[in-house]
Formats: sequence, structure tokens, C-alpha cells
Amino acid sequence: MKTVYADNAATTALCPEALEVMVNCLKDNYGNASSMHHSGQAAAEVVLQARQDIADCIGADVNEIYFTSGGTESDNWAITNAARLGAKKGKKHIISTSFEHHAVLHTLMKLEKEGFEVTYLDVHEDGYVRIDEFKKAIKNETCLVTIMFANNEIGTVQPIEEIGAICKEKGIYFHTDAVQVVGHLPVNVKEQNIDMLSFSAHKFHGPKGIGVLYCRKGIPLISFMQGGAQERNKRPGTTNTPAIAATAAALKKSCAEMDKNIAYVSALRDKLIEEIVKVIPRARVNGGRTARLPGNVSFCFEGIEGESLLLYLDLKGICGSSGSACTSGSLDPSHVLLALGLPHEIAHGSLRLSLSEYNTEDEIDYIIEQLPLVVNRLRDMSPVWERIMKGEN
Amino acid sequence: MAYSAKVMDHFENPRNLGKMDDADGIGEVGNAKCGDIMKIYLKIEDGIIKDVKFNTFGCASAIATSSMATEMIKGQKIEDALQLSNKAVVEALDGLPPAKIHCSVLAEQAVKAALADYYTKNGIEFDPSLLSGCGGHCDDCESCGH
Ligand SMILES: Cc1ncc(COP(=O)(O)O)c(C=O)c1O
Ligand code: FES
Ligand SMILES: [Zn+2]
Repeated sequence: MKTVYADNAATTALCPEALEVMVNCLKDNYGNASSMHHSGQAAAEVVLQARQDIADCIGADVNEIYFTSGGTESDNWAITNAARLGAKKGKKHIISTSFEHHAVLHTLMKLEKEGFEVTYLDVHEDGYVRIDEFKKAIKNETCLVTIMFANNEIGTVQPIEEIGAICKEKGIYFHTDAVQVVGHLPVNVKEQNIDMLSFSAHKFHGPKGIGVLYCRKGIPLISFMQGGAQERNKRPGTTNTPAIAATAAALKKSCAEMDKNIAYVSALRDKLIEEIVKVIPRARVNGGRTARLPGNVSFCFEGIEGESLLLYLDLKGICGSSGSACTSGSLDPSHVLLALGLPHEIAHGSLRLSLSEYNTEDEIDYIIEQLPLVVNRLRDMSPVWERIMKGEN
Repeated sequence: MAYSAKVMDHFENPRNLGKMDDADGIGEVGNAKCGDIMKIYLKIEDGIIKDVKFNTFGCASAIATSSMATEMIKGQKIEDALQLSNKAVVEALDGLPPAKIHCSVLAEQAVKAALADYYTKNGIEFDPSLLSGCGGHCDDCESCGH
């Protein structure tokens, strides 16, 4: 059976360029980048070049790039650091949204336990924060605004530049979780007024377990862990040369081909969305259609549950994901779908298909053919669907 | 979290799937809010479960546990079917992930609710504890484990 991989928001396939530099690095460039000898210095040079390339891709300075273990660490680090800086000045209020990734939400919850106050902005039923509501939430004590660039489940892209400009004017630190955005949409930290930005290589065809924190010059950054002097004394641990080199290779490629990819992938996305809502009744598209990640398709199908949908699709070779309950061990559907105001019973029937430039038109046609069959099969056995149909008669 | 081969088999090829027009007993438990609803239909003759069908809204293990539970009670005497426990269903499926045990609880309850319905329709007295447990009253029910 063929595999149709449509879960690129969870992780992506490694691109050949990244694989090649990674393997070469592992084979030939194994020196410790902190060592003085020529083997170490060769590794240090690779890291420096990679750092420069990555900085160029997001409009940052080379000394504003810190390598981490991934998006989660970058989010934790940036938010905790900014909160500590705020607390020193007696400012303990943070503004965020109700649909952040858990890497952000759980960090904020921890800070709340430590006495910080957090305002979670409503993202409304379309999945966008409102600038006027954001402005109203700002207080004298606000030390940090952390709002995700684009949501991982429903793909909505927030007005980051505008939010950043307001933060800049008010002198409030602004962090954005750009894990779903870097490599997919244009990012320029200077033009978009971003103080701190987190991202992760495995979302743009780079390796897993490596991420970046961009932290603007002038913001004091305190080490999260105790150890060696790597990353200019900010992030201890032996430099992960192969992963860093591969991250740069993948990001350079994604950025060089971005315009082409955006056009190609969003056309696949739109075809998939439009065909599915045409053939499947009571299918809801989650998240607004105006500012949306090129690859994000998110549905709720009434009368069925997401996990069984996901697994029946898997039996057809289609890999997707669901924000539904049972998988996570809690019975609640995802906080993102609930943040849109969806009732539990509808949020349970969610399906996310996330596309990349590796997907073909044929694969989209295959999904368009199979998905209605699977939804019908589940609806045929669903007492909830039976009731919905009776209510209609 | 991976499912056993048995669970996947019952999920892929559910046994006794369907509705029944002339059922002697129907039981429905669970709540769409929680993500799982099971509905079981029974055909009963001479105290024996002659036929059984189910419909389920829920995760893969909800479908698999309904399928397995119907298979376990088909052809059984009512008294024996009443002994069905969620543990037996879990064992017959070679286990369930801890977060999915609630699905097997629902399967047991759906069978019992269908039998209770049969008793009620036929004016037979029964132990009301048959109907204890979930029944979809999520706010004051602990049987789903939350
Ligand atoms: C929006 C968002 N933030 C953070 C993360 C965490 O990134 P990582 O897996 O690299 O820790 C993810 C990925 O799952 C994500 O989608
Ligand atoms: S169905 Fe929700 S608690 Fe039982
Ligand atoms: Zn379940």
C-alpha cells in the first residue's frame, strides 16, 4: 500500500540536502566545536556558517541565534527569561492566547503558579486575535507578550507585525512561537518587530531534536541550564554540529523555494478543502481562510470521532492527525478547537491534514476519493449521526 | 500508545455491526461530549440472546470493545450475559491502553442497559444496579474514569 503523508505539521521528511550535510558531518566532521585543534575548529566553522545562514533567512544578526533542542526548549527559555526580567522590575503580567502550543501554555501555567498573571486573548471562532482586544489587555505591569505566529492545528496566521509594533511602542518584550511558520512563510524579525522567536528544524524538512531561539541583541538572556560555555555562555552542552548544519541546509532550501512552495502547497490545500466540503455534508473548516498556513487543512465532521477517522484513514495509507480526545489520554478534545468555541461533540470529530511541497496532486485526489468513504463508513455506525439525520427529517 | 492486533482486527472488521428494527432490548450509554456513545440491540428468544447488533460513535477502542462485547454475548443465556465484565472484554482483546479502559466500561454498560430495557419491556423485575454507572450523565458520573 502506498503512503500518503499528510501530517507535516507534526513533523516532516528530511530533505536530501539536509541528510547529505548531516551524514557528511557525522562521518568527517566529528570534532567538538569547542576544541582548539583543527578537527574542532573545522566543526566550529561549519557551525558559524550555519548560524550565519539561519540568521540571514530570518533577517537576524548572527549573534542573535541560539541553538536549542527544539521548539519546546526555545519557547520555555524565551518565556521564562522574559518573565524573570519582568519580575525584577515588579512587572508580572503576561499576554498570550488561549490556543498556544502546550510548550507555551504549560510554561505560562507554571509562571501563574509562581504569581504571574496571564491574560489569554480570545481567538474567536475564526482563530484570529483582535488587535483592539490585545491593546485593551495591556497593563503597566505587562512584561511579555507571547503570541504564536501561526497555529499548529488550524493554521491561522496572526497579525504579528502589528502586535510587534505595539509592543515596541510600549516597551514590552514580544516573543512568538514561529515553529509552524519558519521555512513556510516569510519571516523577518526586524521588519516584523519580533524580540524573540522560537522555531524547530523538523517542521521544514530538517532533523528532529534541534531548534533555534532568536533573541534580539540588548535583551539580557540568562542560561536555562548549568554547564559549559557553549552558545556564548547561554546554552551549555556539546554543540550538535551535524544537526545544526542540516538545519541550515534545510532552511536555506525552504527559503530559496518559498514563493514556489507557497503557491504550490496552498493550491493543493484549497483544492482539498473545497472538494471535501462539496462532497461531505456537515463538514466544517476550522480556522479562517484569509491568513492561513499554506499546508493546513482542518475539518470537523459531525457525528464521528477523530481517532477512529484517523485510524481508518491510516488503513488506506493516509497519515493525518486529530485534535480529538482519546489519543491524549484525556477525554477532552483539543484546547485549540474548544478555544474556537466549538462544542465538545463537534470538536471530537476533527481531522487535520497538513501538506508540504512533497505531496503530489495525485495524492490529494486520493485523499479526496478516500476521505468521504471513511467518513460515511463511520457515520453509518454512529448513533450520533443517526440522531442528527432524524432531527433533519 | 499502540493497540493490540485483536483490537485492530475488531476495529477494521467489526462483528455484529448494524441496527435492528425489531429489537427486544436496546441500550445506549455514553455521551458525545465525552467522545463515546454505544448503542446495543438485542434479539432475545427463550432467555437466549439470539442476535445482537451495535452502533458506536467513538474511538477505535470504543468500536473494538463494542464489537468484542457483542461477540461475547451472542448465543448466551441472559443470566450469563449479565455476568459480562469490562475486564473480560479487555482480556479478550489482549489488553487496552490505560486511557482506553473507559471504553470497555461503556461496552459492559451498554450490554446491561440493553438487557434492562428488555426486562422493562417485558415487565420483569430486575436489580436496578444494572443501570448504574455512566449512562451519559457526565457531570456526576465517574465510571468513565474522569
Ligand atoms: C506551534 C508549535 N510550538 C512548539 C512545538 C514544539 O516543537 P518541538 O517538537 O521542536 O519541541 C510545535 C511542534 O509540535 C509546534 O507546532
Ligand atoms: S459518558 Fe461521560 S462520564 Fe460517562
Ligand atoms: Zn474512547
